[in-house]
Amino acid sequence: MATIHVDGKDYEVDGSDNLLHACLSLGLDIPYFCWHPAMGSVGACRQCAVKQYKDADDTRGTLVMSCMAPVKDDAYISIEDDEAKDFRASVIEWLMTNHPHDCPVCEEGGHCHLQDMTVMTGHDRRRYRFAKRTHRNQNLGPFIGHEMNRCITCYRCVRFYKDYAGGEDLGAFGAHENIYFGRTTDGTLENEFSGNLTEVCPTGVFTDQTHSEHYTRKWDMQFAPSICHGCSSGCNISPGERYGDVRRIENRYNGEVNHYFLCDRGRFGYGYVNRADRPRQPVMRVDSDDERRDELLDVGGALDHSAERLKKAQRVIGIGSPRASLESNHVLRELVGAEHFSTGIAQQEYENLQLMLEIQREGALPTPSMREIEDHDAVIVLGEDLMQTAARVALAVRQAANGRAQDLAAEIGIPAWNANAVNTLAQGRQYPVFLATLTETRMDDLARERFHGSAEEIARLGFAVAHALDDSAPAVEGLDEATQTLVSTIAEALMTAERPLIISGGSMGSREVIQAAANLARALRQRDRRGSLTLVSGEANSTGLAMLGGHSLDWALDSLGEGDAVVVLENDLYARADAERVDRALGAAECVVCADHQSTPTWLRADIGLPVATFAEGDGTLVSHEGRAQRFFQVYDPSYYRPNDLTHESWRWLHALHTTMEARRVDWTQLDEVTEDCAEHHPQLAGIRDAAPSASFRIKGQKLAREPHRYSGRTAMRANISVSEPRAPQDADSAFTFSMEGYNGYAEPRSQVAFAWAPGWNSPQAWNKFQDEVGGHLTGSDPGNRLFEPEPDNRLEYFTAVPGRFEQRDDAWRVARLPHLFGSDEMSARAEPIQQRMSAPYVALSEGDARRLGVDVGTELTFTIGSHRLTLPLRISSELRDGVLGVPALPTMPAAVNHEWAHLGEETKA
Amino acid sequence: MEPSTRDASASSSYSLIASDQYPDDFVLSDEEREAIEQEKGHFENPRAASIEALKIVQKRRGWVPDGAIYAISNVLGIPSSDVEGVATFYSLIFRQPVGRHVILICDSSSCFLTDYEQLRDAFTRELGIGFGQTTEDNRFTLLPVCCLGACDRGPALMIDEDLHGPVDPGDVASLLEQYA
Repeated sequence: MATIHVDGKDYEVDGSDNLLHACLSLGLDIPYFCWHPAMGSVGACRQCAVKQYKDADDTRGTLVMSCMAPVKDDAYISIEDDEAKDFRASVIEWLMTNHPHDCPVCEEGGHCHLQDMTVMTGHDRRRYRFAKRTHRNQNLGPFIGHEMNRCITCYRCVRFYKDYAGGEDLGAFGAHENIYFGRTTDGTLENEFSGNLTEVCPTGVFTDQTHSEHYTRKWDMQFAPSICHGCSSGCNISPGERYGDVRRIENRYNGEVNHYFLCDRGRFGYGYVNRADRPRQPVMRVDSDDERRDELLDVGGALDHSAERLKKAQRVIGIGSPRASLESNHVLRELVGAEHFSTGIAQQEYENLQLMLEIQREGALPTPSMREIEDHDAVIVLGEDLMQTAARVALAVRQAANGRAQDLAAEIGIPAWNANAVNTLAQGRQYPVFLATLTETRMDDLARERFHGSAEEIARLGFAVAHALDDSAPAVEGLDEATQTLVSTIAEALMTAERPLIISGGSMGSREVIQAAANLARALRQRDRRGSLTLVSGEANSTGLAMLGGHSLDWALDSLGEGDAVVVLENDLYARADAERVDRALGAAECVVCADHQSTPTWLRADIGLPVATFAEGDGTLVSHEGRAQRFFQVYDPSYYRPNDLTHESWRWLHALHTTMEARRVDWTQLDEVTEDCAEHHPQLAGIRDAAPSASFRIKGQKLAREPHRYSGRTAMRANISVSEPRAPQDADSAFTFSMEGYNGYAEPRSQVAFAWAPGWNSPQAWNKFQDEVGGHLTGSDPGNRLFEPEPDNRLEYFTAVPGRFEQRDDAWRVARLPHLFGSDEMSARAEPIQQRMSAPYVALSEGDARRLGVDVGTELTFTIGSHRLTLPLRISSELRDGVLGVPALPTMPAAVNHEWAHLGEETKA
Repeated sequence: MEPSTRDASASSSYSLIASDQYPDDFVLSDEEREAIEQEKGHFENPRAASIEALKIVQKRRGWVPDGAIYAISNVLGIPSSDVEGVATFYSLIFRQPVGRHVILICDSSSCFLTDYEQLRDAFTRELGIGFGQTTEDNRFTLLPVCCLGACDRGPALMIDEDLHGPVDPGDVASLLEQYA
């Protein structure tokens, strides 16, 4: 700690910070542009100048850039000094000389850091009278809009894109006053984190193009704290809504999870919420004259019909979903009874989830938070293509590798925040990352060593490294020399590291790969190494469902028989199992009730459909792969804008259905009661109570506002429906109001922040005000509650089932699903901008196999996999091993084909 | 549209990862490629060879065409955006075609004091072009330069590799005669 004297007041600050960071953390306002809490200082923009004095007697002082000045104990500085103020005013004036001043038509306007800093600096008169330099803009793809004229040359975009996120196709071109940030040619920005440019850019050069389509100013949107449903990472998001449409997704700061950054699937994949073909009213399929027609129902009718049909059934089976909240799944489980409840997850995946859970609770090493992943000095990834399955984790792993730079700098006294000095010193040196995956990945540039092989081979590598670390771990027989050398290299790197991290997950569908990761963890622990283990699960609530427990989807499909009815919760069974099998199961059932928010094949097949809420229209709790229970809150009330919209949360529908069947009154009228009941019934989920404050939470007697206080047009926005303005919707389920009325400040600690705003801070940089120190944790603690103990039991013994070698066959290829960031998530794949980035279906073979078959890239090949027959263009990989057929995990591709054998179709052979 | 997988003929290895397809209408000569490879060998970090690589291409071609940016980035194994960043930073790396001879007239203080403006006007008159332009016969490109380190010889200028100065505005025509 150090004491600094700022404008005559004394403050205690962290001595390792720079002055800007320290002052902002104290809540003092200093304007800045190029500095970013996650990217450190470069001293480029000169905006954060302050006066620094030698001692208490020095009256002249010198101007310093506060972002480049280390905090010194007993330092005297002044922010308010006239010379410093004049300097800052002149800096912004010349930064603004070429700025087009097009705020009224600029999409950044209203949440613009440049606007905020201009106002803060008092620059309100324009004196520059000459021609401005102008640029030609580029088409950067469906996600990001480009308007270079607005640039103030802070370099944040390339520093994020290249240095932080490892992107390659955004650069800074030109020199002096003619600098251009863009690609070498027009084209889609390739990096998976390009969306963060919209927040990192302090002005409107990079804007969210999906937002453009239905633009609304930040102050006119309604927000709620939400959780991304795109994968199992549990990133915190802040969706903004207007007129019943989600308009954009902004990052929501959580110092333990995603902090400032999201992946592009999470940011741009929300379009499914707004789809015109979403079911908004209950529907019943009525058979008449050999025709099946849809009859729309009201709530009462839907409940009565469903209850009647379900009561007639001998047995009601419930199929839950890893994309639905714990509360909704719990209510379904209560409705059908535990013995009839399926999690809706396929057998193989479910068993692997249970295995991962066991390892996370009883294994040898703790599960790190996403933020903690950044703080490891050796990483081995077994089997998981992180960039496609949990992209935000891949970004965290990149920071772990780059952490070497800061540690090297620390050795010679360069502070971690001095970004240019740190990078120059490091010269690209990184901590070791070892990637063992099926084939090439989009994070290969990070890898010190790569290993490509089948699931068995990856597992064998993991088992072998564990054995190399600890003799008592089972040994692997018959490894070739190259693999043996790699095993030694990895073992040595893990032993040398202070904090090694092991990452694996379920996407390969291989039990052995996960077991190998557990053995690695145990071996490290046996050798007294600290370290961590991250196990990535599949979907937003896969880990939650595994903790809740139930049967697998296969059980449900196999058991459905005559006289049974089935209630399917937010789950498209056709996306998880073979169509024939699902058809057979649903066909056998007397009645299929489907609760979903999308018009999926399962919905279309159901006898009764109940329209339910997405994350935007309802609340609930999810458990991320790190075991963090997090609550997402309803963003808007759809019936306010669409009076016939009968969308309700699944738990509300299913509880009402339950009580209707039992002809009694409802027990639960608000979410907290369901959460409480779920926690009571499932001790392992007791911690979900603390995932978020209850509906009775108040600050200074007030609920929390979902809308900024400048929210406009409320009295008129429904005038097309009725000129009399109804009362704003009331929210019984949470501490938030559907209104600008309520607390929206930062002075009182809170962890659930719908939108970040503070006086003078309209941009995402307003998060500064909500953090204990800038870039640290939220003042009211970071949202969510970890359900795993910090230290697992270390009860698990070594797994001993070392798989044998991959048995390559002459006549068949083993199928391996290849996950895709854009396309493999069922919901975001329904969003239009994501669809533009989705790969066309293909099959992939190794270079050797392609040569053997005499086929080339693009050749149409036919394969049969079980009952499936695929005719698709070929892609070839030099990294894929022979004997494996890669099949992308895309919506139109068969789901349950992992590890099956594929045969070449007859016509191709000929 | 999704960019297609990198053309197999352009690279010896196949990848599933769709990446930008580089235009293949430009090929480095063997000589250029070798020279760049050699420069690359001099440095621990191949980035350090960027400027030399650009100079190698420019030396033989007079300027650096778009395709060369991608070709250099392939040889050095660094992103094309990095190569382009370097190429556009330096005003003497030409990213547009120039004439057979490039005239650089110094416009910094010493030369300014020794009547650079008259010299500039003489060139403009003689060639019928302004700064940044190339004569129609593709013989000369006229550019300003900030300092040639020849302050004792102001007003100074450089044509190709030759430094001239002090140059009398009246001698411009005869000076140009030396460059066909």
